[in-house]
Amino acid sequence: MAELTTLAKGLTTGLRAAMEADPKVVLMGEDIGKLGGVFRVTEGLQKDFGEERVMDTPLAEAGIVATAIGLAIRGYRPVVEIQFDGFVYPAFDHIVSTLAKLHARSHGGIRVPVVVRIPFGGGIGAVEHHSESNEAYFAHTAGLRVVAVSNPHDAHWMIRQAIECDDPVIFYEPKRRYWDKGEVGEAPRGDLGSAQVLREGTDVTILCYGPMVRTCLQAAQAAEEEGRSLEVVDLRSLSPIDTETVFASIAKTGRCVIVHEAATFLGMGAELAAQVQEHCFYSLEAPILRVGGYNVPYPPARIEEEFLPDLDRVLDAVDRSMTH
Amino acid sequence: MRSDLITGSSNPGPDEMDKGVPTLSDVTTDELSSSLAEVFGSNPVTDPDRPAAEGGPHMLQVLTPEGERVPSPELDPLLSDLTDEDLRGFYRDLVLIRRVDAEATALQRQGELGIWVSLLGQEAAQVGSGRAMAPQDYAFPTYREHGVAWCRGVDPLELIGLFRGVNHGVWDTQKHHFHLYTIIIGAQTLHATGYAMGVQLDGHVGTGDANRDTAVIAYLGDGATSQGDVSESLVFAGVYNAPVVFFCQNNQWAISEPNERQSRAPIWHRARGFGFPGIRVDGNDVLACYAVTKRALEAARSGQGPTFIEAFTYRMGAHTTSDDPTKYRVSAEVEVWKHRDPIQRLRRYLERQGHATSEFFEAIDAEADELGASVRSRTLALPDPPGTEMFDFVYAAEHPVMSREREEFAAYQASFEGGH
Repeated sequence: MAELTTLAKGLTTGLRAAMEADPKVVLMGEDIGKLGGVFRVTEGLQKDFGEERVMDTPLAEAGIVATAIGLAIRGYRPVVEIQFDGFVYPAFDHIVSTLAKLHARSHGGIRVPVVVRIPFGGGIGAVEHHSESNEAYFAHTAGLRVVAVSNPHDAHWMIRQAIECDDPVIFYEPKRRYWDKGEVGEAPRGDLGSAQVLREGTDVTILCYGPMVRTCLQAAQAAEEEGRSLEVVDLRSLSPIDTETVFASIAKTGRCVIVHEAATFLGMGAELAAQVQEHCFYSLEAPILRVGGYNVPYPPARIEEEFLPDLDRVLDAVDRSMTH
Repeated sequence: MRSDLITGSSNPGPDEMDKGVPTLSDVTTDELSSSLAEVFGSNPVTDPDRPAAEGGPHMLQVLTPEGERVPSPELDPLLSDLTDEDLRGFYRDLVLIRRVDAEATALQRQGELGIWVSLLGQEAAQVGSGRAMAPQDYAFPTYREHGVAWCRGVDPLELIGLFRGVNHGVWDTQKHHFHLYTIIIGAQTLHATGYAMGVQLDGHVGTGDANRDTAVIAYLGDGATSQGDVSESLVFAGVYNAPVVFFCQNNQWAISEPNERQSRAPIWHRARGFGFPGIRVDGNDVLACYAVTKRALEAARSGQGPTFIEAFTYRMGAHTTSDDPTKYRVSAEVEVWKHRDPIQRLRRYLERQGHATSEFFEAIDAEADELGASVRSRTLALPDPPGTEMFDFVYAAEHPVMSREREEFAAYQASFEGGH
């Protein structure tokens, strides 16, 4: 049996490989040096690559992202760690106003290949601002690419692909899956913008990403025991969306359930549902259903499990889809 | 502080910074105090450097408004390599960029530009600092740095493109070492600091090679100093000892809000709290701006880290062509500053010293007329871009949404051919 690696270590080895391959790759963030980051994703990298390439920064997210932009203008490929999802907002202006637009407004004269890593999602019993899913803000912004990984293999390869990409990439890491183990294969599963069918099925297509992928795979396993065949698509890329893979799956199953932790209102599911109904209208046997967070501020930890989609809520949506 | 990132000598330590002498070598003015009586007994409102119409006793100046050259043991050596031709060159820069500015204002009034942001009154601050840069240095402007753009060889037409709305302001930043205009107030100070950190990582600081050592200059205004981004840039520049000079043109007004609404303390004092020197210079004195910026850029290149320069000047015109300053400031204030005009004082100095003849001034006026006419005719000839251009540069790599929308847009547009 091949060696198993955690998702966090998949990222570490991916970052290490990228830094070995290109001396212009530098890491920036709070506590990423000696500590190795609060999730230890950068563990050991400062020791091996030095303080100049693994920079502990002042505690200022706007400053981190904006100086990374300056470094990129100088020819570097900065990889920024935002400590927790809810702390990215001070940097929001620099991400949407400058990072996303600089290539366009310079008519391609200036490239800003910055990767912004964001641990996201809930389920770890944290205090406020540590459990958010804010991917839709960035997916809404032209000029950015937005991806979310769900497993150690993709963590390793997609961080490398994101760093190699000449566009800015917002890179979401499901923090409650950091310790999930899996194999890291020899090659990426596809390009950075591609979705992957992780489980084939015939009755209902489940579209999911990040932390919900494991939940949905478990739901598919449970459904199989009840005689239902779910196809699980890990979107991986949230902007752009691999619509070819998504539409092909729904053309086959005729049913679609979209699952994410973020609130459903104007979340990724809203865009996916709109595109699916437009392009798969004559394939659909049932309304497209969304399973997501409620439209409330992320709740206190003792009731977060009631807020977060789980196996039962996914199966409930599958049941409702199948009644049509 | 990260000693491995620091090359060459470092900034003065806290003790050295507290001597309280208003000179280039030590630019702080007062002792820090740990006495309760001093701390709570002092009244910052009576500080002679408080934002006001006067630059105060600590403002460096070598050319008076009357064009008299004031000897300065510190600045004179920095000016000693300037030839008469250089001085005439400064005059030419000031006059020509003012003419570009006037022409652009007129073009806006005639409906040819959507808006124009005038630099009237700030020519000396921009030309003095811009001419102090070495070719390899890099500038990060706001949206008013037409004079710096001029010094970096950017064609005024490329600035005008932004204000006419044919693009967002596109020029070859690598060629000119002059970044694109930044409209988000203060954001460029952080981009400049990051760029300077990159210069440092490249090892282009403190080598002693005059063609290699590189400094970065970040332009900002007095209003921008209230932005959190600016404070963060001062933090980053300080802790990484980045080779960056913050050049703040205090033109007294942030649209309608005076200095007093932006800062209780004089702006140049701010640097001290971030651990590096701040200094105030007469922003209408092109020679003093040149000398002080030159010194600060040299310090940055040699590894001494950042400097904050406050160029004390005045926005003679409106904030933009959309603004109406008669609603919020009195004309008497403008009259005071007319007397301090940066071009007139240099002209008087050149005339008095015999550095330039009347033929020279006439020739410059003729060149300005020619430039104005050229700016006008070329602006009118600027073509609108094709609509499809909006899709062309959003991403560096292929992107399916861009390809699809571009195709849809083109097909939709084509559907009207012959139909309307």
